[in-house]
Amino acid sequence: MQKKRWIECLLLVGLIILGGWAYQTRQINKANMTITAVGSTALQPLVEAAGEDYATHHLGTFINVQGGGSGTGLSQVQEGAVDIGNADVFAEEQKGIKVGRLQDHRVAVVGITPIVNRSTGVNHLTTNQLIKIFTGQVHNWAQVGGRDQKIVILNRAQGSGTRTTFERFGLKNHRSIAAQEQDSSGMVRQIVATTPGSISYVGFSYVDKTVQAIRLNGVEPTNQNVADNSWPIWSYEHMYTGLKPQPLAQKFIKYVQSKEIQNSLVRRLGYISMADMKVTRDGQGRVQEVEASHE
Amino acid sequence: MSPKTSNQIAISMLYVIASTIVVILAALLGYIIISGLPAISWHFLTSPARAFTSGGGVGIQLFNSFYLLILTMLISFPIALGAGIYLNEYAKQNWVTALVRSAIEILSSLPSVVVGLFGFLIFVVQFGFGFSILSGAFALTFFNLPLLTRSIEEALAAVPDAQREGGLALGLSKWETVLHIIVPAALPAILTGVILSAGRIFGEAAALIFTAGQSAPALNFTDWNPFNMASPLNPMRPAETLAVHIWKINSEGIMPDAKAISSGASAVLVISVLGFNLLARFVGHRLFKRLTAG
Amino acid sequence: MNNKLQKQLLKRSKAAKLERLGKTVSFLALMLITVTVFAIIIFVASKGLSTFFSNHVNVIDFLTGKDWNPNVTNSKGQPEVGVLPMISGSFVVTVLSAILATPFAIGTAIFMTEISPHRGAKILQPVIELLVGIPSVVYGFIGLTVVVPAVRSIFGGSGFGILAGTFVLFVMILPTVTSMSVDALRSVPRYYREAALALGATQWQTIYKVVLRAATPGMLTAIVFGMARAFGEALAVQMVIGNAALLPHSLVSPASTLTSVLTTGIGNTVMGSLQNNALWSLALVLLVMSLIFNLVIRLIGRKGAMSK
Repeated sequence: MQKKRWIECLLLVGLIILGGWAYQTRQINKANMTITAVGSTALQPLVEAAGEDYATHHLGTFINVQGGGSGTGLSQVQEGAVDIGNADVFAEEQKGIKVGRLQDHRVAVVGITPIVNRSTGVNHLTTNQLIKIFTGQVHNWAQVGGRDQKIVILNRAQGSGTRTTFERFGLKNHRSIAAQEQDSSGMVRQIVATTPGSISYVGFSYVDKTVQAIRLNGVEPTNQNVADNSWPIWSYEHMYTGLKPQPLAQKFIKYVQSKEIQNSLVRRLGYISMADMKVTRDGQGRVQEVEASHE
Repeated sequence: MSPKTSNQIAISMLYVIASTIVVILAALLGYIIISGLPAISWHFLTSPARAFTSGGGVGIQLFNSFYLLILTMLISFPIALGAGIYLNEYAKQNWVTALVRSAIEILSSLPSVVVGLFGFLIFVVQFGFGFSILSGAFALTFFNLPLLTRSIEEALAAVPDAQREGGLALGLSKWETVLHIIVPAALPAILTGVILSAGRIFGEAAALIFTAGQSAPALNFTDWNPFNMASPLNPMRPAETLAVHIWKINSEGIMPDAKAISSGASAVLVISVLGFNLLARFVGHRLFKRLTAG
Repeated sequence: MNNKLQKQLLKRSKAAKLERLGKTVSFLALMLITVTVFAIIIFVASKGLSTFFSNHVNVIDFLTGKDWNPNVTNSKGQPEVGVLPMISGSFVVTVLSAILATPFAIGTAIFMTEISPHRGAKILQPVIELLVGIPSVVYGFIGLTVVVPAVRSIFGGSGFGILAGTFVLFVMILPTVTSMSVDALRSVPRYYREAALALGATQWQTIYKVVLRAATPGMLTAIVFGMARAFGEALAVQMVIGNAALLPHSLVSPASTLTSVLTTGIGNTVMGSLQNNALWSLALVLLVMSLIFNLVIRLIGRKGAMSK
């Protein structure tokens, strides 16, 4: 018994020494070399990839990128709990946010298109038809030029950026009727692909062969059409900071907005680069032509 | 109908039920493993994930899952064991005990996202742990304690009172009886409880999204100093687990091989749970033999 | 000499000290759990009640309203936060899946403990423990690719709805209910069975009249835990139930549960806003409903239990 005690004590002392030694030899990581960005899951891959890039170029920095949703991102950056809040909506559009306390940094543009199940036999609609479908005035695809099939509406969750943008610019501020909801693009695409008669909407980068994208009023959902606003359903991806952001946060956002990232990562992830946009749009939805060069 | 016929009918019904369950469960497991197996390779198991190109793996996520599981168990098992012992051996059967029991049961119906948000506000923001394995482990402890406590209590209750009387008659104190006789005797059942809750921890996603986070920074597997940021052992780094990774891929994944990765990761998860299961059983069996000298 | 002996006798022995220490430590562990449990309950309650106190939503309107659009105010100037569709959705799915799962779970548990303990321990138990470890996302995904199309082709509709949710939850709660029922049956003393068999009862009579009765409280707990899991399950149900805030009018029409709306919405709202508070109120409703479940089951249990 006594001998066992002794060994235990020795082990404990050894562990403490080892711990102290490890603490002494740790790589020094200053507190202001780490920032945290939280928010939109749709924007997360871009910021994460840019963050990794940034960290390899600036040794000792660490960009911690997390999801949690635009609402979480905005409320946490407002509280000062995180350095950057990623959002797919303007802070003005999110209830409960004090816009005056936040600084908006737009980093990319995403186009949103209606998608339908391939069995509907529909590949173009007018805005009017779209509104009628989502407000429940039309129940069958035959009424809008498709096959005789019941329309199944699939919405994004209330308050999600994609839905807000879609209802505002796609449905001209009409509110969709209560219908099925999903909270992620991947899930929406999967369900539309497998459910006969279904219609929903996703960002351009989620469109693939399994679903049919819709031509709206004869305009194709392409990046070029978004750039000059002839395709009206698009939104900015924002990185919000407080009024006095951390220097590293500022530098990092500058980096994301730089030509280097805008021309490579942003495009590869299916976003539209800020440099390509021929128009700008503010929180009230006013569209303006871009003069001269961007920034 | 004579008792004998009804006996026959009832017993054969039970056979039917049990085999139905086996068929359902086997089909489910088979589906997961067969659809995931083609994606699994050594490369898949060891390389880091990729955000938007194909060919990513789940190495870091797999490690994170195990590390988080171990940390959570280290925190929650002693607490649950103590609470289970107190509830079963010491607590008086009155309304206070009943209230505590009900509260614990009610807690287990809270959706894990609520536990996750609670953990986020308390540990990540309030205590300043940030998005880290430690925050995740604490949130999972909350989530895990009700079920684990309950099953430990049940396990202890299943030990016949004769064992307790025997211990006391030998002149042992109540605590010594519990520690040296009751707990070892209940070990197999406690182990079942631990395995069950380990499975749940392993598969939990919603509670971790807000606490351990959903990004997996690159790790340096040659650096085992727990104070370094890139060290796998650092409990203060954000860590996406396998279940969270599956969730993330299914919801917003834009890599071309998202489907294959997701089913591969599911299969890896199930196989890991299986491995963990077997290991725990083996260790438990050895331990049981040593402690009870049986 | 006498004094010394007295001192020695009056002093707590080492075992008594250990006893006190052990009792205190285990008590502290229980207290820790109790405190955290109540902290979470108070946290949810305070957030959930602020919908009524700081946003002045009428409780009756909240519980009986049929429209859930927290962003929109209705004709009375109040936000549309009616939770009746979600309450009924949660309730129906939970009860249905528990009704479906209970006979299977208890049947399997009896099989594992009474009829074929050997095979039970060798095959069934590991499989069941394995199932607990499958993440909800995977259950949901299988539900989406297998259950929903099956429901669509057999029962019609879009496939999304309460029925699909019930099937998925049935499989999800099965392991929990089964393994806890097994524990309950195992804790029935052996001599109960021996006594019944000695009286000439058949195996089934022994099981039905003695073992099951004695294990009733434990099995009820198992069902409560299963229902609690079903009630709180979010990710998997959310993928197959359709998530439409509509009163369920048939088993195959899209519906929603408290948790599915809570989980989809919580990331998209801002803390402290009405939209966010309304979601916390859903969590509160969930807590209260599971409290009611708990009490009801306990009441039934008290009646059905054999007096000891």
